[in-house]
Amino acid sequence: MSKRRVVITGLGMVSPVGNTVAESWENIKAGRSGIQTIDTFDVSAFPVKFGGLIKDFDVTRYIKAKDAKKMDPFIHYGMAAGIQAMEDAGLEVSEENAERIGVHMGAGIGGIDTISRQHQILMKSGPRRISPFFVPSAIINMISGNLSIHFGIKGPNLAMVTACATGTHAIGDAFRLIQYGDADAMIVGGAEQAANPLGLAGFAAARALSTRNDEPQAASRPWDRDRDGFVLSDGAGAVVLEAYEHAKARGARIYAEVLGFGMSGDAYHMTLPAKGGEGAARCMKNALRDAGLNPEQIDYINAHGTSTPAGDVCETQAIKTAFGDHAYKLAVSSTKSMTGHALGAAGAMETIFTTLALYEGILPPTINLDNPDEQCDLDYVPHQAREATIRYALNNSFGFGGTNGTLVLGKV
Amino acid sequence: MSSIEERVKKIVVEQLGVEEDQVTADASFVDDLGADSLDTVELVMALEEEFDCEIPDEEAENIQTLGQAVAYIEEHCEK
Repeated sequence: MSKRRVVITGLGMVSPVGNTVAESWENIKAGRSGIQTIDTFDVSAFPVKFGGLIKDFDVTRYIKAKDAKKMDPFIHYGMAAGIQAMEDAGLEVSEENAERIGVHMGAGIGGIDTISRQHQILMKSGPRRISPFFVPSAIINMISGNLSIHFGIKGPNLAMVTACATGTHAIGDAFRLIQYGDADAMIVGGAEQAANPLGLAGFAAARALSTRNDEPQAASRPWDRDRDGFVLSDGAGAVVLEAYEHAKARGARIYAEVLGFGMSGDAYHMTLPAKGGEGAARCMKNALRDAGLNPEQIDYINAHGTSTPAGDVCETQAIKTAFGDHAYKLAVSSTKSMTGHALGAAGAMETIFTTLALYEGILPPTINLDNPDEQCDLDYVPHQAREATIRYALNNSFGFGGTNGTLVLGKV
Repeated sequence: MSSIEERVKKIVVEQLGVEEDQVTADASFVDDLGADSLDTVELVMALEEEFDCEIPDEEAENIQTLGQAVAYIEEHCEK
């Protein structure tokens, strides 16, 4: 069976740098950080007091207030990104095509704030006070469930859960589903709202986060020698993936093509990456093989680049393993230097930035990279965006549990 | 102090996301005001909270309109 070509025809995003794709991309190109001191709850007892929050977000632009009440904020963000992506794609769901359209929106953690609040009610007032909407407002597949109901989408209805690789794996999996013929188009991506008390406390306890409380916007500094952990962020990203022939037939704008998808597992440690980035290197090689491209053909990598001491070195080593000498010729950047790390949404947000890099010929920068770690010696596009005609690009995402995902995108 | 009816009406408006003038004494929460079965469960919970009483499930099933809610509360909750 010949594989069908799959393209990206719609983009949607809610992020710490903007509540739309256009606003987010403008800020990314300008090298602006979206990180701030957390003002949504009392952080005085927390070792980490900052994160990447969604600001001035009005969910009723997307869904009715009555429905929004039954959804955790991570679902609000996911719905918003999904609806934006469908509007951008101009794809109408009808009786004729409903079964050929699917939805595949995941999250790393899901409704942790709702779970936390309902647990407080359980302890204080007992089981009779738990909301009948508690479970469906908190579980991870309910972005997909609600988008399906919202649009009348009747094809595959799935949700990925692979920690910080969720968004990338969702897009890779949906790419396969469309290649295979299970759907002609899908809304795909991830969302997260974990910068809440329990989420922040958990990641801080795991010693995963930067503690640069006096300088939040300088805290996410991938590959810099003074990096000290990642910045916890909220957000959502969604793309409309579509079979190439389907997109051409309806005259859709095509941003980029998905050419390959690679996966691997570290089998090493719950939270640390494998030594030398061994798993990440295999993941990138798998993606290149799937795309049928040689390492020398890749121009740009949107890195996982979270700004953790171990992760940034391992990813750099993995790129050298996978690309050999070409590692020094291609460009690598981390948009997390501006957005922070939105966990299950990160891979989808970064796939969008990679798509726009190809579409517009602009490499997004890595900000805060003032003094590169001596083990990190690639071209990370420091400080400022750069114009460059690029043909093929990678997006990397790696998650707790040693789960890795890489997408290969191409200019159309 | 608002009347029981006003207090119940306010909760129905908030819970079901409807306009106040839609909430007549006989309007069915499900058939006329767009509630589903879980909405009515949550609505009864909100009434229990407001009037500080417990409405057993078998009684809750019979509360399908503003009028029925007010009648139940007058009889069982407000001493």
